[in-house]
Amino acid sequence: MSVLVYTETEDGKFKKAAFEVASYAKEVAGGDDVVAVSFNAADASELGQYGVSKVLNIQNDKLSKFNAEAYADALKQAAEKEGSKIVVVSQSANSKYLAPLLAVHLNAGYASNVMAAPESTDPFTVKRSAFTNKAFNFTKITTDVKIVGLSQNAFGLKENQGDATLEDFSPELKKGDFSVNVESVDKAKDKVTIADAEIVVSGGRGLKGPENWGMIEEMAEILGAATACSKPVSDMGWRPHSEHVGQTGKPVASNLYIAVGISGAIQHLAGINAAKTKVVINNDPEAPFFKAADYGVVGDAFEIVPKLNEKLKEFKAKNA
Amino acid sequence: MKILVCISHVPDTTSKINFTEGDSKFDTNGVNFVINPNDEFGLTRAMWFKEKQGASVDVVNVGGAETEPTLRKALAIGADNAIRVDTPATDGFQVAKQLAKVAKEGEYDLIIAGRESIDYNGGMVPGMLAALLDANFINTCISLEVEGDKATAIREIDGGKETLTASLPLVIGGQKGLVEESDLKIPNMRGIMQARKKPLNVVAAEEVSTQTEAVKFKKPAPKGDVKLVDPENLDELIDLLHNEAKAI
Ligand SMILES: Cc1cc2nc3c(=O)[nH]c(=O)nc-3n(C[C@H](O)[C@H](O)[C@H](O)COP(=O)(O)OP(=O)(O)OC[C@H]3O[C@@H](n4cnc5c(N)ncnc54)[C@H](O)[C@@H]3O)c2cc1C
Repeated sequence: MSVLVYTETEDGKFKKAAFEVASYAKEVAGGDDVVAVSFNAADASELGQYGVSKVLNIQNDKLSKFNAEAYADALKQAAEKEGSKIVVVSQSANSKYLAPLLAVHLNAGYASNVMAAPESTDPFTVKRSAFTNKAFNFTKITTDVKIVGLSQNAFGLKENQGDATLEDFSPELKKGDFSVNVESVDKAKDKVTIADAEIVVSGGRGLKGPENWGMIEEMAEILGAATACSKPVSDMGWRPHSEHVGQTGKPVASNLYIAVGISGAIQHLAGINAAKTKVVINNDPEAPFFKAADYGVVGDAFEIVPKLNEKLKEFKAKNA
Repeated sequence: MKILVCISHVPDTTSKINFTEGDSKFDTNGVNFVINPNDEFGLTRAMWFKEKQGASVDVVNVGGAETEPTLRKALAIGADNAIRVDTPATDGFQVAKQLAKVAKEGEYDLIIAGRESIDYNGGMVPGMLAALLDANFINTCISLEVEGDKATAIREIDGGKETLTASLPLVIGGQKGLVEESDLKIPNMRGIMQARKKPLNVVAAEEVSTQTEAVKFKKPAPKGDVKLVDPENLDELIDLLHNEAKAI
């Protein structure tokens, strides 16, 4: 038996999520092999560091852009060839897109939003977040083949010095695999995404207007963080919709979430609760966010943030 | 164009989340149920197709009789027919299977579901449904146009967006962006009156075995109190974040 992982790349380089699913698979596999499937990776052998013993290395120009159906088909063929009973994917937008397709193709039960190593392997039971982080749901997967969708930063990275052998893999692609055609991709380069970020700096209506986001962007730059915002901020067009986080926006699962001028409405908190450490800066000591945060500063954001930015710069200079 | 909108019946976003029967079931006591927000954006887009391009719009839910007020609300917003598959929703696969049967029988061109329901957040049904139907699938869809049998969609990806084209039949996992928040329709009196007379067909469920089983729920441990830092002493915040939280 082996555990199969989908190791995502961006411009040929592995994403952190790829190393995380590999680390997780190694734990689940026990003594068995972890086999990775990579698409057009520049150096697939890197996966050895995280416990992968074999990489099915796909190099195919037709797969240079992510395509859910084609990638799901390739993963299906890999799982069948390896006789894998467990497949681990991340919960990136792309993985969430392909996992349900793969589940049907493999006749596999799929558990999304998995938060930890399995509670038990027989029966196979995993802990998942549900009700937008307001609860956990322990789910038993009852099928022979199982798919685990591992939430970002839920397991972390575990190094596992070893060598991964590379095997060329050429899945047979059908015409139907490309019947959804990717016409163009519009992606900010060199900008940390909310999904991948270790730190997210977020602003709310308390910032009064889009012209005041300079200090938020500055903090994000100092910390190498992604920027985010509350829903009304994106509804009013102060910031792009893609920055809206919360129950009806993007989920945040970063290590650190810094909220500036955000009241902490239940719908906002639901989406950011999975962040490990939460900091709030708000001039209203009664703001509900103070009940959800680990650290808080009561005061005017327009005074605090510029000062904090200066201090963060000094800190970074010292700790670089 | 024949459109089917899949409607999930979910606790509203302010609901207190509690469990009963030894933490094995969601406690619906005192909970107000609504149309899943992601589905509501899709329903509103379907109404746009109906008004601007001519389309019929059916709505479907897999669930017990308690979900009917939610389907009636969708009818009041303007859907033509409602279908309820009479069985509790137990897992994503079981729901997708039931929906696939309805979708096949109705020969729909476009099936609009939500990216995820806000209760279990599974995010499985739209993709599984598409795969079961062998239809094209576009997830996290924030814009959708249809010309003849060709659809152009924009999908949200991590850190940006992507433009895709596909022919019908198509299944989408929709979300905010399909229409603006301000375009969401609140049913008016006339709509509510008409909805009472519109057909709500209850159909028997297929025998389907589930693939997953929710065995237990648990609420996160209560969080400790917030540590307040004096705005005049921001060095302390940096120290806490560095040494205590190990977050910077
Ligand atoms: C169905 C539904 C879904 C929703 N989904 C989401 C969601 O996904 N995400 C989301 O964010 N919201 C969501 N909401 C909206 C949510 O209920 C709140 O309205 C929203 O989060 C409030 O945004 P805010 O905190 O930026 O603004 P406000 O609530 O207006 O808070 C602004 C805060 O800034 C503080 N402030 C003002 N001036 C200053 C200053 N100078 N310095 C420091 N602080 C200052 C104020 O004290 C206040 O606490 C949803 C609502 C509904 C009904």
